[in-house]
Amino acid sequence: MKILVALKQVPDTETKIKIHPEGTALDLSDVKWVTSPYDEYALEEAMRLKESQGATVSALAVGDDRVKDVLRNALALGADEALHVSTSEKCEDPFVVATYVANAVRDRGFDLLLFGNKGSGGDHAAVGPMVAELLGIAQANVVVKLTLDQGRFFAERQVESGLEVVEGKLPAVITTQKGLNDPRYPNLKGIMAAKKKEIISIPLTESISPALQTMKLAFPPPRAEGRQLAGTPQEQAQALLAALQNEAKIF
Amino acid sequence: MYTDDQLSIRDLARNFARSEVEPEASMRDRESLFASALIHKLGEMGFMGMMVPESYGGSGQDLISYLLALEEIAYCDASLAVAMSVNNSVVCGPILSFGSEEQKKKYLPDLCSGRALGSFMLSEPNAGSDAASLQSKATRIDGGWILNGSKAWITNGAYAKYFIVMAVTNPSLGKKGISAFVVESGHKGLILAPAEKKMGLKSSNTVMVTLQDVFVPEENLLGPEGAGLQVALGGLDEGRVGIAAQALGIAQRAVDESIKYSKERTTFGKRIGDHQSISTYLAEMESKVQASRLLIYRAASKIMNHQKATLESATAKLFTTENAVWICDKAVQIHGGYGYTSDYVVERLYRDVRVTTIYEGTSEIQRIVIARELLGK
Ligand SMILES: Cc1cc2nc3c(=O)[nH]c(=O)nc-3n(C[C@H](O)[C@H](O)[C@H](O)COP(=O)(O)OP(=O)(O)OC[C@H]3O[C@@H](n4cnc5c(N)ncnc54)[C@H](O)[C@@H]3O)c2cc1C
Ligand SMILES: Cc1cc2nc3c(=O)[nH]c(=O)nc-3n(C[C@H](O)[C@H](O)[C@H](O)COP(=O)(O)OP(=O)(O)OC[C@H]3O[C@@H](n4cnc5c(N)ncnc54)[C@H](O)[C@@H]3O)c2cc1C
Repeated sequence: MKILVALKQVPDTETKIKIHPEGTALDLSDVKWVTSPYDEYALEEAMRLKESQGATVSALAVGDDRVKDVLRNALALGADEALHVSTSEKCEDPFVVATYVANAVRDRGFDLLLFGNKGSGGDHAAVGPMVAELLGIAQANVVVKLTLDQGRFFAERQVESGLEVVEGKLPAVITTQKGLNDPRYPNLKGIMAAKKKEIISIPLTESISPALQTMKLAFPPPRAEGRQLAGTPQEQAQALLAALQNEAKIF
Repeated sequence: MYTDDQLSIRDLARNFARSEVEPEASMRDRESLFASALIHKLGEMGFMGMMVPESYGGSGQDLISYLLALEEIAYCDASLAVAMSVNNSVVCGPILSFGSEEQKKKYLPDLCSGRALGSFMLSEPNAGSDAASLQSKATRIDGGWILNGSKAWITNGAYAKYFIVMAVTNPSLGKKGISAFVVESGHKGLILAPAEKKMGLKSSNTVMVTLQDVFVPEENLLGPEGAGLQVALGGLDEGRVGIAAQALGIAQRAVDESIKYSKERTTFGKRIGDHQSISTYLAEMESKVQASRLLIYRAASKIMNHQKATLESATAKLFTTENAVWICDKAVQIHGGYGYTSDYVVERLYRDVRVTTIYEGTSEIQRIVIARELLGK
């Protein structure tokens, strides 16, 4: 079995996000980059399938040289090969990324294509489903349990207030959700071995221009300062009631 | 100063420590809970036998990588760091240096992977700094030895599977009459006292172990008969820089916490960091941490190049641990009354750091060693 895991590089969730003065992009100067947490579930699931039933796992990332770090990390965790779809363009439009991924994997014979259900930060939740459409194969999204049997997949999906169980034919795209597994850390041997492995560069066959444009980035408005109510308990209760009625207009 | 490989290892240790070790470290301290699950994970990741070659299940990395990893673990939990350091430095180390091929194959893969934990039994109630005065006895019988005696301060004792035990095999030979053995847990004559109630390192396990007619088969003698002190002290320089690295991790944390607090807390209309006495403390703390790091690096580089490093290791241990105690004291001071409560991590650092000037050779012993190097014997 051949498994593809597509990986996105995102700012560490601990990073304090700053907006670039122009207002349409993030200020990336102090950012620490990591693999998107949702993609870590995808990678872990691939490694578990490799261990339990045998598979070769290919990791793929789209972007400039910086994204090679997520590929190295995937190799350290046990991926067999790393594919770098190399472009210096910004990859914010999910359709552009999905097209590049689909073109890169089309003729490589993957049985299972794993994606995080969304990239942390951008939250488009679009690349995986778009790749499935572009390739004309089945998809199951936001998956928290996955079983493969005789060329078919059985997936439990997290849906509003419940679970949905779907099945379909491989090859298929599965997008992964928190709860699917508990991603491991790489070990020292893996990290050292990964340094010696090659990262295969895949040139773009077509370059498409993004249809999505970021118009403005803004932080949520700061929370207004709290107010202390003075007086006796009765006066405080009266003042609170008045505030809820007249200002918050709850009643 | 560090190689790319060393930095990758440091980053992995840092990432693991801050995401997995940190969250419950203060709870483990409060409840004196031993971190078995984390030790297991450290083993799976390759941190429990870092300098053991891959052919025996280790990670095959160098001393500096080990020290960087240890510092990162100590930054979040000094108790976990001491469990890691004992296993790497005084259990795997001597087995690798003195063990037979069969012993290495038997013990190292389990010890390196976290499947088994090791303990080192040298100290006794009446033999600490003066280790050579130890009294535990090994009496030869058919097919092996019978061990009797008491061992004090045994780190990991209640959780260990393999114990390296030093005992007298020939009382008439003095220092040359001590031998080392590997004792396996589960023997009914291996009696554990309740864990010591320590000031710090509360989630590390330290116990007195009594050996009562413990039979040890012939093949468990580690190194030649009479070489017990070499087995125990062979990796002394590495052990000293290891404890220095542990102290450095604690001190670095104290500095970082103090900087953070100095920017948050205001008195008299200013951040406390902008009061001159606090800013002076911060500057001195930072200088001491940086100097310590370089001393450790210098000693470790010499050890890695197989040069004599007695002076360098002893100065690194003395300087780093004494200053780490000073730094943690100042960190509590900077935190004012809050630093005296367990709501702030500096309170734990202050207790944890204190032992680093005591074990693996007290500061007084380090001074003796340094002076002897300077003056000649
Ligand atoms: C938390 C903890 C964990 C430990 N883990 C282990 C372990 O896993 N295995 C193990 O074998 N041991 C372990 N030890 C023991 C440790 O190595 C000893 O505590 C240490 O060697 C000091 O010995 P002592 O406590 O008997 O002090 P002593 O040797 O009695 O020293 C008391 C004081 O006298 C000073 N002193 C002694 N001799 C001289 C001298 N010649 N000149 C000047 N001053 C001197 C010392 O510096 C010290 O200040 C541990 C100890 C602790 C506290
Ligand atoms: C166990 C305990 C019992 C206590 N009991 C009582 C009690 O019964 N009643 C009571 O009223 N209080 C009590 N206190 C409070 C105690 O008096 C305060 O903790 C103390 O005054 C320090 O204030 P702080 O903790 O807010 O530290 P801060 O004032 O915030 O000081 C933080 C640090 O900044 C330094 N600093 C502050 N200002 C300056 C400056 N201008 N220049 C240079 N350095 C500066 C301080 O020296 C300290 O190192 C108690 C505290 C403790 C820990």
